[in-house]
Amino acid sequence: MTTVSLAPAAAGAAVCTPTIRSRMRRWLRKHPTLIVGAALLSTVAALSVAAPWIASHDPQALDPLARFRPPSAEHLFGTDAMGRDLFSRTVWGGRASLSVGLLVAVLATSAGVALGLLAGFVRWAEGPVMRLMDGLMAIPDILLAIALMAVTRAGLTTVVVAITVPQVPRVVRLVRSLALSLRERQYVEAAHALGTPLPVILIRHVLPNMITPLIVQATFIAATAILIEALLSFLGVGLPPQIPSWGTMMADARNFIAIAFHAALFPGLFLAATVLSVNLIGDGLRDALDPRLARQL
Amino acid sequence: MTYVLRRVAATLPVMAVVAILVFLLIHLSSGDPAALIAGDTATAEDIARLRGVLGLDQPLWNQFLRWIGRLAGGDLGTSIFTGVPVASLLAQRLEPTLSIALLTMTLAVLVSVPLGVLAAHKAGSWVDRLVMIFAVLAFSTPVFLVGYLFIYGFAIRLGWLPVQGYVSLAKGFWPWLSHLILPCVNLSLVYIALLTRMTRATVLDVLHEDYIRTARAKGLGVVAVLGHALRNAAIPIVTTIGVGIAFLIGGVVVSETVFAIPGVGRLVIDSVQRHDYPVIQSVLLLSAGMYVLINLLIDLSYRLFDPRIRA
Repeated sequence: MTTVSLAPAAAGAAVCTPTIRSRMRRWLRKHPTLIVGAALLSTVAALSVAAPWIASHDPQALDPLARFRPPSAEHLFGTDAMGRDLFSRTVWGGRASLSVGLLVAVLATSAGVALGLLAGFVRWAEGPVMRLMDGLMAIPDILLAIALMAVTRAGLTTVVVAITVPQVPRVVRLVRSLALSLRERQYVEAAHALGTPLPVILIRHVLPNMITPLIVQATFIAATAILIEALLSFLGVGLPPQIPSWGTMMADARNFIAIAFHAALFPGLFLAATVLSVNLIGDGLRDALDPRLARQL
Repeated sequence: MTYVLRRVAATLPVMAVVAILVFLLIHLSSGDPAALIAGDTATAEDIARLRGVLGLDQPLWNQFLRWIGRLAGGDLGTSIFTGVPVASLLAQRLEPTLSIALLTMTLAVLVSVPLGVLAAHKAGSWVDRLVMIFAVLAFSTPVFLVGYLFIYGFAIRLGWLPVQGYVSLAKGFWPWLSHLILPCVNLSLVYIALLTRMTRATVLDVLHEDYIRTARAKGLGVVAVLGHALRNAAIPIVTTIGVGIAFLIGGVVVSETVFAIPGVGRLVIDSVQRHDYPVIQSVLLLSAGMYVLINLLIDLSYRLFDPRIRA
């Protein structure tokens, strides 16, 4: 049975490859925001991944003799108030930003899917879960993240958790509303009637139908997370000083805007470009994958 | 009337959940809250005394009831760091924050609603493209980057406006306004982006409705048609404005830091660094209360905009 059904599909895939590629190309041409976003993000990501090799200096090395140097061949982006090399700090900072964005998107989406499915398919759980989410939603996300940082010690893990918690309700609401319509579908009801266990129904029939909106949502959460990490670090309640972060760099530059504007400009531009690229990818994916969703999100 | 009562009653469970979350916040910390509040230099006796003063030696539910009881009586507690009641601490900081919030939101609405309607009216044209590109740029640019650019350009280089600080309205209108222009224009950009996108999308939707075609067919002018459309698109726009106001505190925290304005936002950050939990808890509760209240008002105002909901 398996071999019979597999064979034509495999053959079909081989025949289809060129058409798929040309369709991909046409599809990408129709969605320029996706291309611009992806190009920007891959540039930032490449620089961040390559940070240990391309950074010209130790991002934390102090050099009191070379404070506030303007951009030059020696220091591509100049140096800050403590003589630290801004180019090295900026590319290392990208690692923090992108890791936080990715981790928060994955964690918030996973937690949101679990809780949303629970609320959507388990009747007794719906009330408690949704009331909890209503409560979380009522507190502004930045404020909640700041408050969570108040009770923990600054570190990558605590920052990721503090940013994740306020984002979970957004996913839960999305998943639950999708679940409510999916559970009325005939194939789900049929699976129920056949006695298929709930976890199997969820994984085989429900989750695959949620993937598109979830990917779009996760992308927007990644953009928000990158922005909030920078805000927290900027406010002095985010990543500890030993991890270079664009937000920390912006805060360090605050008192020296008049004499060393470049110290704020470069991390700020990288941050803006990164958030913009992720938002563009989100917009592009939403429009490309599901035109109906464009009006909802 | 029953509708109003039902809506009001619906806010109670939300506030109850918020209260529990906010109460549990300091118990979330891995260590002993008393030790965390007392700081690194405190002795064991200090911590034990503080635990007694704060009632942390009582059972959890007992602490919660006492806390809720005090809140119900209007007592937000006392700041651990300054020893001043939280309510008066907040009162001192309220004027700058309210000024920023009011000015920012007014500016955002005045700019974004016409801009969104224009973009929807000219949908697909270069005007529309330009507005949308501006919106996505403004939405993605961190508040503090634009803030620094403003300070560098308008305050330091051109010297048109003060670099930072806040002057009370009591000391004159212009000194007050001049200190608020940069922070408010800065902060409003995000909301302009958000509201413009929202307005464009909803007005565009409405423009496809039959009654708009009828209005056009009977020869109604462009402005009158757009007026019709805007009124019918009002609900999502008003909702976005309302949520924007409720969440403004998040942006205000950043603005007040960039422009060194002594408002509620700065108070929150200072309190986090001092582990001054009563202050943090109060601000969380009050902003959640604001969010719930604004949402309630929006719900009720739906009936104003849409007679169909009255039934």
